[in-house]
Amino acid sequence: MRMRFFATTAMTVCLATAGGQAYAEELTLLVDNSPDTVAIAEALTAAYTQSNPDVTFTVEARPGGSEGDNIVKTRLTTGEMTDVFLYNSGSLLQALRPSRTLEPLNDLPNIGNVMESFTSTVSDDDGNIYGVPVQAAMGGGILYHIPTYEELGLEIPKTWDAFMANNAIIAEKTDKAPIIQTYRETWTSQLFVLADYYNVQMAEPDFAEKYTANEAKYADTPAAKKGFERLQAAYESGYFNEDFGAATYNDGLRMVATGEGVHYPMLTFAIAAIQQNHPEQLKDVGFFAQPGDNADENGLTVWMPAAYYVPKGGDHTDIALDFVNFVATPEACEIMTEAVGASGPYLIKGCTLPDDVPPSVADMLPYFEGDGRNAPALEFLSPVKGPGLEQITVEVGSGIRDADSAAELYDRDVEKQAKQLRLPNW
Amino acid sequence: MQMKSPYPYWFVAPAAVIFTVLFLVPTAASFWFSLTNWDLFGFQFIGLENFIDFFSEPFLIKGLTNTIIFAVLTSGAKTVLGLLLAVLLTSGLFGQGLLRSIVFFPVLVSTIGVGILFAEMMHPTHGAINVALGYIGIDGPGWLTNPKLALYSIALVDIWRGVGLATLIYIAGLAAIGNEYYEAARIDGATRLQLFWRVTVPLVRPATTTVVILSLIGGLRLFDLIWAMTRGGPGFSSDVLASVIYKQYQAGFYGLSTAGNVILFALIALIIAPLAWWFNRKELDL
Repeated sequence: MRMRFFATTAMTVCLATAGGQAYAEELTLLVDNSPDTVAIAEALTAAYTQSNPDVTFTVEARPGGSEGDNIVKTRLTTGEMTDVFLYNSGSLLQALRPSRTLEPLNDLPNIGNVMESFTSTVSDDDGNIYGVPVQAAMGGGILYHIPTYEELGLEIPKTWDAFMANNAIIAEKTDKAPIIQTYRETWTSQLFVLADYYNVQMAEPDFAEKYTANEAKYADTPAAKKGFERLQAAYESGYFNEDFGAATYNDGLRMVATGEGVHYPMLTFAIAAIQQNHPEQLKDVGFFAQPGDNADENGLTVWMPAAYYVPKGGDHTDIALDFVNFVATPEACEIMTEAVGASGPYLIKGCTLPDDVPPSVADMLPYFEGDGRNAPALEFLSPVKGPGLEQITVEVGSGIRDADSAAELYDRDVEKQAKQLRLPNW
Repeated sequence: MQMKSPYPYWFVAPAAVIFTVLFLVPTAASFWFSLTNWDLFGFQFIGLENFIDFFSEPFLIKGLTNTIIFAVLTSGAKTVLGLLLAVLLTSGLFGQGLLRSIVFFPVLVSTIGVGILFAEMMHPTHGAINVALGYIGIDGPGWLTNPKLALYSIALVDIWRGVGLATLIYIAGLAAIGNEYYEAARIDGATRLQLFWRVTVPLVRPATTTVVILSLIGGLRLFDLIWAMTRGGPGFSSDVLASVIYKQYQAGFYGLSTAGNVILFALIALIIAPLAWWFNRKELDL
């Protein structure tokens, strides 16, 4: 009697599950909680459901930053990961051990659409590709207030000296802050150093390789140390906003949008935030690459966007792969532009931008045309990035530490990361 | 002479299981993981390398001195202020009950809330404190942005937040002192100051022990207030051991941060154990 009860229940359960699978599939997608990534996830999944009515998605949001990192790592190791998830490309991805935890995407029909410059940041040593880019490439450089430039008749600086000369004019003729710094949110302090990488690569083309192999250091490579020196020079000039130590990222965006400040070193993803917070002033904000020593070699340091990944061993791997395949199409780019506006060039071949992009985006596009005056940021070329950089750059930017000792300290900081990844030669 | 317990051993089994699963196993596990390179996907035994790395951490010495400065400063201030406030609030003052509640109120507020609120009030240009100072013609400092000042500003907030608890313990301690001691001293012609130094302070020693040890432990492992106010900044200037450990954890160096926790555990034990022994010995002398 009891046996039969069990057998019947088991059969009913089996039938129910099998029947369910044949008609409707419910997938999950984990993204970070910033409004634009959520909006994009919802738009993309809705479009996919429209052409595949039997598949529906639930979008889950998680915090960003290192808290989010821990959530992703924990869910991956415990097998609780969603069918598709969003995560960084570049050095952070390597910490997920992609070859052990993620499905390779090399066999997807559309994987050829993804630009080589991106796939190299989501691959392992054996050439397996793991991610499909979501959103556009970003530039690291300097956001500036266009009306102030027009009023004072300033030109876009191509060298660091020209940049400082502009700052001197702004300081003399206006009461605006020439350079905006916002150290309440420490990550914003790293830009002068990280966005200088195009200049480093022009001077030392094999720096990233040697750096990963523990053969080159910030402290003994003059071109690399220059980022710290520029930050120090910026602090010593006294051109910062008065409350730089306590201002927040949102304060910085407000200052550059309204013209309280004129230059804000930042990544171009801030354009989306300006669009949210100060839509009226979006047309007043322009962008240029961080100037270096030589006007002829001026170029942009580029950050790669995050990507969608499919974990190994999920219940709906085939559908998840098909969804990711759909994201690697020009159609998906259109959906993203429609959802959150254009923030930069896409990394999918065949994607186009609308004609009326904000000036900051238009300023960024020339760096991607022709022979490409751009280079990826170091974190996309080397897995070695120290966790303490943002504190060190706050110290340099607040006059607590000088560039020489900062570069040395950072070299010691990255050792921990390299050891954790068990890189050879560290 | 120990009495044989009237209960059979299996009476303690449920408690023993809970204690083992929730306390013994994690403690043993953390000692083990502090000896590994651990990234959640796997671990590798690396001996004492984490401890070597942790001790060669450039900000460790700074974090360590800050921890000790912070703990001694806040613990000392809470003890002295707590005793004085307790004496004041047991002296039959008008509205005594209300005043006691007011002193205790900050203890009930969430630490993170206190931290965020004070960080805003200590903003160098538009914070309430410097704006108020501006009215009387004082140019207030960057409370949290001046690297020389940040740790002390946080300490001030921590004292404000914690003094209520110290006061409460002292009020209980004072209530336990019999009135006859004061009467006897008064008959001998003691002044009020003498009453305080010769009667109150020695007899309130058990409360002092509790306040000093609790606030010292609290100060040594304080994290939430510092994280909410400065995140150890500017730079590393208000880093304490707990925030250094947390940053290692955030960076995904789980083995290294576990080693840091073992070190913090050892440090607290090394400071508190002799202190507790010293206090207890004094108590016997009385």
